[in-house]
Amino acid sequence: MTEYTLPIVFGLLTGTISRLFMLRTDYRQYPTYLHGKIIHVALGFIAAGLGAVFGPAILEEEFTAITFLTVAASQFREVRNMERNTLSELDNYELVTRGRTYIEGIAIAFESRNYLVIFTALVSTMAYLLFNIWIGIIVAIASMYISHLLMSGGKLKDIVDIEYVEPRFEGAGLYVDNIYIMNIGLPARQKEVLRYGMGFILKPKNFNARSTIANLGQRQAILHDVATALGVYRDSGTPALVPLAKRDLDDGRVGVFVLPQDRDIDKALKVIGDVPTLENAIRMSTEKVGMKNES
Amino acid sequence: MNLEKYILATITTNRNKVGSGLGVFYCDTKEEMETVTANLEAILDGIAHLLSEDLYVIVKH
Repeated sequence: MTEYTLPIVFGLLTGTISRLFMLRTDYRQYPTYLHGKIIHVALGFIAAGLGAVFGPAILEEEFTAITFLTVAASQFREVRNMERNTLSELDNYELVTRGRTYIEGIAIAFESRNYLVIFTALVSTMAYLLFNIWIGIIVAIASMYISHLLMSGGKLKDIVDIEYVEPRFEGAGLYVDNIYIMNIGLPARQKEVLRYGMGFILKPKNFNARSTIANLGQRQAILHDVATALGVYRDSGTPALVPLAKRDLDDGRVGVFVLPQDRDIDKALKVIGDVPTLENAIRMSTEKVGMKNES
Repeated sequence: MNLEKYILATITTNRNKVGSGLGVFYCDTKEEMETVTANLEAILDGIAHLLSEDLYVIVKH
């Protein structure tokens, strides 16, 4: 047992704990099953190991140890590929698909979480080595807190105002407010749609938000989250009963039409508000042209 | 080229509205037209769209 054994074990522990801390099964229902979780905890453990040995390597003046981190980087890019492939395969069997943008967002999150684990393990091992275990624990908690802050992205309610609107028919055209959704021909289907359908208008709070909610991936994410949280009145072979989100070209508002099993307006408003704004959908048009960020 | 949307069937009570074709169904009454459309929609996994009072098309999206 060398002077580095305990700090490395300490770093391994804090890193793995921080991975467990970030591995939550929530309404997104992923990863739901034990095996999926084991994969991520195991990879988190490997990441923690890489982070933990980095400090001692530097102290021993083994500077080539930095090449380990490049191995780590390619390793965790692989994690992202794995997540992307799994989720894309599963997406074909969803009644309301997640959409590629959402999947890519989840895959990126899984990759970046491993880097945060490396970071946590690295700084807590270093703190233990340079000071003592108590400082190490404080630093570990602080870096877990920072990881947590970095992991929680924006919510839709921060960028749009959400309003409930009863969907209606004009002839065969289905409308939410003044936004045309689709043409549903059969009177029987129209009745079903009016009975189960709910409409929402998302009004962007500023110019950037307008482009963000116009993104098709972001809109699909909204539909998927509503379907996951409130159920969906749909089956394979009923393409007419499809939740859709369409845009008002004049002012950038988005009309969301959904068919939830649980028709609770308050719940639905909350679910839509809590939809994450996808990293890949965020647009910052105003940064480029230097115009005012107003709606 | 990939066709994303295409018409699978046309159902009408008015023979003057559509030409000939394999997927054209003529019906005598509005009720019959709706029944035929509902069945075809289920069979073909498409969406029934109403183009005018007496003309339905079933479209694959």
